[in-house]
Amino acid sequence: MSNKTVIPFGPQHPVLPEPLQLKLVMQDERIVEAIPAIGYVHRGLEKLTETKEFTQNVFVIERICGICSFKHALAYCQGMESLMGIEVPDRARFLRVIWGELHRMHSHLLWLGLLADAFGFESLFMQVWRDREKVMDIMEETAGSRVIISTNQIGGTRRDIAPEMLAKIDSVVNEVKEDVERVEKVFCNDYTVKHRMVGIGVLSKENAKLWGAVGPMARGSGIAEDVRTLGYAAYNELDLEPVVETDGDCYARMKVRLREVYQSVDLIRQAIAKIPDGPIHVPEKGNPNGEVISRVEQPRGEALYYMRANGSKTLDRLRVRTPTFANIPALLKMLPGHQLADVPILILTIDPCISCTER
Amino acid sequence: MGLVKKSRIKSPWVLHYDCTSCNGCDIETLACLTPLYDVERFGIINVGNPKHADILVVTGSVNKRNERVLRNLYNQMPEPKAVVAVGACACTGGIFKDCYNVLGGVDKVLPVDVYVPGCCAKPEAIIDGIMLAASKLEEKAEALKEAKAHA
Repeated sequence: MSNKTVIPFGPQHPVLPEPLQLKLVMQDERIVEAIPAIGYVHRGLEKLTETKEFTQNVFVIERICGICSFKHALAYCQGMESLMGIEVPDRARFLRVIWGELHRMHSHLLWLGLLADAFGFESLFMQVWRDREKVMDIMEETAGSRVIISTNQIGGTRRDIAPEMLAKIDSVVNEVKEDVERVEKVFCNDYTVKHRMVGIGVLSKENAKLWGAVGPMARGSGIAEDVRTLGYAAYNELDLEPVVETDGDCYARMKVRLREVYQSVDLIRQAIAKIPDGPIHVPEKGNPNGEVISRVEQPRGEALYYMRANGSKTLDRLRVRTPTFANIPALLKMLPGHQLADVPILILTIDPCISCTER
Repeated sequence: MGLVKKSRIKSPWVLHYDCTSCNGCDIETLACLTPLYDVERFGIINVGNPKHADILVVTGSVNKRNERVLRNLYNQMPEPKAVVAVGACACTGGIFKDCYNVLGGVDKVLPVDVYVPGCCAKPEAIIDGIMLAASKLEEKAEALKEAKAHA
């Protein structure tokens, strides 16, 4: 037995687009322990929201994370609406589903690309990101911006989608579905891809529960938990079944996300078929007072918002618990026993979003 | 034009570091590498090693913890080198300017050559910025040569 060595993984690492640092205690090629060191992306956004007016906060909260900005704003707006007793118009609720699911699609496609990059399959990475651009084009056409689309506001949405555009979205997401079916063959059947992922980083159902995993991570381990089934926005009027895989390894988590892309396509098409006419926004009156908890399902899992207002224009406290924060303990338990070469894939399969986690 | 100089301008290698960005500009920087925008047609490759890089692309504002990392990365890059600040928060601090842990834009720590505004900066703008930085590399190489001749 050789001595233990500590290898710093990150903060700057080619695999990670974001600075997460793990100090890996190694014995030969095996990991004995993983020690996280975070704080590289900490800005102090929760404190910042206390200095801004509650209507302005939407823009701050969207910048907690660019990838799932719409979902963050949605959680905040829904919390504020329930606090102030605002009934959101039906059309706005459906628009929120459409944009929300488009965000999920782009996030999962982005992740699939990064995963392919992590196991060194660069042409697959390029292929997936090319398909993703179709989703980005829809966002740009409907909201004027590609990433932070900023269409949520308290009381509804800031923009409407025209019927012709809805028809176009319907056909484009169908195209994306066909594209993803093409890459799915490689992701699910390719010998090398399977070799890197099957049986790696197994998280059993009990452990997933014990360590509080959320989102695709929990669903990959057989826990059928999806906050969307609570029926916020217009999800209660849509047909929705959580995507579940039971193996709990990297391969299962990848399959969950792949199938969720199809699920999003399905939800968008359902929403487009059912969307009613009408107003998209009701103005808010007065100031919020009291405290509220709001939950949404982000691409990475459940995000929990706690807000306390005091009847003035600014909030007393805003607390965000993001999905990556909940998934990091499970990651740290999964890492020991694996080889150094598996670390990038293991880190990626929790779909880390460090800027959410550290805010 | 010598071979090194030519390859530096015709094929600048890029190192990307995310300071405290919200990920928006990061995924747009990555999108530049992929088939729709395809910066490889300019010879631009994203590298992980600062010792191979000519241009440092920084997204997000600087905070107390990553200041040292950013300086380290910059110091490890060989001369001549250029810094591109991508996004509103990398340029000035943007929406994070008033946060308690944020020092401000990248120019508080490093000499920035090109500012790419936008929240999030569009891939087209990022490509423009990197190409502008590549043309600045040439000037910097000349200046280095002169400084060497006088030394």
